[in-house]
Amino acid sequence: MLIAVASLLGLAVLAVAIARRARGGLIIYAGSLILSLVLLALALRHLTLAGFKPVDMVLPLGLPWLGTHFRLDALSAFFLSVIDLGAAAASLYGMGYGRHEHEPGRVLPFFPAFLAGMNLVVLASDAFTFLVSWEFMSIASWALVMAHHRQTENVRAGYVYVVMASFGTLCLLLAFGLLAGPHGGYAFEAIRAGRGGRNAALILALALLGAGSKAGLAPLHVWLPLAHPAAPSHVSALMSGVMTKVAVYGFVRITFDLLGQPNWWSSMVVLALGGATAMLGVLTALVQRDLKRLLAYSTVENIGIIFIGLGLAMAFQANGMVAAAALALTAAFFHVFNHSLFKSLLFFGAGAVQAATGERDMERMGGLIHPMKLTAFVFLAGAMAISALPPLNGFVSEWLSLQAILLGPDLPQWGLKLMVPAIGAVLAFSTALAAACFVTAFGITFLGRPRSRAAETAHETDRFSLTAMFALATLCLLAGILPGFVIDALAPVTASLVGGRMPVQAGASWLSIVPIEASRSSYNGLLIFLFIAASAAIGVVAIHRFASRRVRRSAAWDCGFPDPSPITQYSAGSFVQPIRRVYGKVAFRAVETVDMPPPGSLRPAVFSMVLRDIVWETLYAPIAKGVDRVSGVVNRVQFLTIRRYLGLVFAALVFLLLVLATWQ
Amino acid sequence: MILDLAAQGVQMFLVLALAPMLTGLVRRVKARLLRRRGPPLLQPYRDLLRLMRKDAVLAENASWLFRVTPYLVFAATWVAAALVPTFATGLMFNWSSDLIAIISLLGSARFFLALAGMDVGTSFGGIGSSREVMIATLAEPAMIMIVFTLALIAGSTQLSTIAGFTLSAAVGLRVSLGLALVGLVIVAIAENARIPVDNPSTHLELTMVHEAMVLEYSARHLAMVELAAMLKLLLYISLIACVFLPWGLAPEGSGKVAYLIGGATYLLKLTVGGVLLAFFETSVAKMRVFRVPEFLGAALMLGLLAMLLRFVSRSL
Repeated sequence: MLIAVASLLGLAVLAVAIARRARGGLIIYAGSLILSLVLLALALRHLTLAGFKPVDMVLPLGLPWLGTHFRLDALSAFFLSVIDLGAAAASLYGMGYGRHEHEPGRVLPFFPAFLAGMNLVVLASDAFTFLVSWEFMSIASWALVMAHHRQTENVRAGYVYVVMASFGTLCLLLAFGLLAGPHGGYAFEAIRAGRGGRNAALILALALLGAGSKAGLAPLHVWLPLAHPAAPSHVSALMSGVMTKVAVYGFVRITFDLLGQPNWWSSMVVLALGGATAMLGVLTALVQRDLKRLLAYSTVENIGIIFIGLGLAMAFQANGMVAAAALALTAAFFHVFNHSLFKSLLFFGAGAVQAATGERDMERMGGLIHPMKLTAFVFLAGAMAISALPPLNGFVSEWLSLQAILLGPDLPQWGLKLMVPAIGAVLAFSTALAAACFVTAFGITFLGRPRSRAAETAHETDRFSLTAMFALATLCLLAGILPGFVIDALAPVTASLVGGRMPVQAGASWLSIVPIEASRSSYNGLLIFLFIAASAAIGVVAIHRFASRRVRRSAAWDCGFPDPSPITQYSAGSFVQPIRRVYGKVAFRAVETVDMPPPGSLRPAVFSMVLRDIVWETLYAPIAKGVDRVSGVVNRVQFLTIRRYLGLVFAALVFLLLVLATWQ
Repeated sequence: MILDLAAQGVQMFLVLALAPMLTGLVRRVKARLLRRRGPPLLQPYRDLLRLMRKDAVLAENASWLFRVTPYLVFAATWVAAALVPTFATGLMFNWSSDLIAIISLLGSARFFLALAGMDVGTSFGGIGSSREVMIATLAEPAMIMIVFTLALIAGSTQLSTIAGFTLSAAVGLRVSLGLALVGLVIVAIAENARIPVDNPSTHLELTMVHEAMVLEYSARHLAMVELAAMLKLLLYISLIACVFLPWGLAPEGSGKVAYLIGGATYLLKLTVGGVLLAFFETSVAKMRVFRVPEFLGAALMLGLLAMLLRFVSRSL
């Protein structure tokens, strides 16, 4: 396994050499594809093998007294399979999509390096290796975000990203420092042995800040919708679908594994943050015009849903409700897996659209379902899956989360008793809003009449990209109709983290899933799928056979007033206007003004709308302003005489000595 | 086994056969209340047959999605309607989806219908889809919260189990059940595009949500969409009957007599439900689209309140 990761790094070096060649991109992506498939197979073998023991490995690299520890246990095997499945799909997609790249030298070397970095984070088993890999992953992805560095918005995205990433790593560094304790046992083994009795609250807060900033947890999500769309689309897919999952892994590793038994109130914090993230993400996604930015905000929402699952698991675990904790954790991990599938798929679709039209603005698209039939089909599948509609996979994880919430009344603490139903409401809202969001995204992009020349002349994307998208769509369907197998594969993961598992699903009749017991709740995606297929077939056959099957084409009816201009169609902005009116006043302090000229005046009527990003304005803008002011003051220090500098050095020395003296 | 399968099959075709009749009944009663004679009860069947025999007229730029949607919407709604217990509980496939899944199946149907409204690229289709989606973002969470309440009271999200619980002595009079009932009725009105949320009998711009979405449909496609709407109305009335008035429902594994009694009481419940709906629709006025969020917000608050009550106390 490590050999495969090392080969990925080797591939990155090779990429520097051959990036300029004509077929260089194809070779690099094909290499990444093969290596990620190998890694995927290894991880899956470990995950599904019955009597599987964690594998440890220590390499004499890194810090001399520590070495470099690697470990493959159930948790890392699961996340490895998520990472490498996404990586394989992205590589396959890249084989076709990479041809649109103007400067492949800015993408190719970093792509395998990014993959290697993500794999290493999950394999690492000591704090040093973990942080180095984490930082390596961040920097590689930063380089990919900056691939099109001539656009000013990408430069800003890269800047915000690198600041937030450093902040996150700093928090993780401190968290691991606290975990390791004064003796510096940085290996995860040592941390696990000495857990308990340390400053758990502080560590949890730091882990939330560190991993949460990478995952896109509100209010640390601001970089995500800037950075993810800026990268080339297959990298966007990796960042949104996979890298955020690595961050989730970091959080799970610290809180569930290294920190030990959680407190019930810490689960309140996680639940609150998860709920806020889900609502904020989906509401902001709704009002976007840029297709890739919409997808990025939807990633924020899904991270919120995952953290809700994790928070529920913590709450149940803190109260010793093992079965319920296993259910909530399975729901969270199932959603991790699902989101990596459909978000990659959707970003691939957005990339295909971008390559075909050169646009990311939905309001310049429309009617793409005609030239891009297959892309439209798979994008529709992805949109259905992410909107949690049966019989696809998104529904299953949502359903499991709801089932976990229904176990909430058994929690003894009043805080949780009030929190859990509120979170249930948030979950219901975010699902409904996500469906609205993806009706908009698909409808405005692919349906209707073309709104621009580029949309009219678009053409279908290449075969590699289509294969990658169809593979992911098939997996979405399979995970939706046969969820029992995924749940069973997750059993060793939950068993290692909360000491329990969901009931074995493989034996349930008709392959349905039963979280607790059959009289309580059960769901059978396979049967639902077959029923729908059968009833649709009955309808089609009966009508076509016994009634009429003739079709006539004519102009659109439109109540007798068809308008020839395509700009009279609903646009993304106008489509969500009712929703914006319902939710926008609270979420964005939206202000709509209509300036209607008096009768007789020839002045055009003007409609203007202001949406405000409350998180940015209340949290980040003051910080940025403060940093600006402080640096303005400190700037004066740059132009002092040598005497004053020496004086400053002396004063600092005296101060530090004093601190040291009072400390002891 | 054979009887089980037969009962499930009967249920499946029963809902399909009864749905147009229910719509006919509502129309008829409404007409009588307005002192018109009204169309005969069987008129919806005739309309559907006539539509099915006509040539379908498609807009020039209608895509494959536009042609597939009516069948998918019909299939999803039919499956959902067939999974709600009507005359008997514990049918063979009742367990294949619980209440949450049934709601989500309707969500799938709505997803496709909203997309179909946008497919031709007319402003009427857009206005319908846009409003429908807005209403759904409120109605669906409200519904989920009502489901939560029911599930917490009965300890299950399976409709058969919930119905069994309502029949048992353990149920008693509960505040949360009352709140859930009111909420469910509000959601049912909104979801079925009835007055005061939407008017099913107009094509005027200001009142229409559902009708605007399907404006471009004709012939067999329109028939499928209409039939799906009828099935949805039947589904919601069956749902309310099954959860709150489960008397007469034949329990699992009972004989033919129990099935017959169940069928008779089901017909009675449908009639009462349809007549009540007609009375309600004639007694209120259609509200503006932007009043709808307040109306549905009430259902949402009722659902949330009922759920909170359940979390706080086991007896309320």
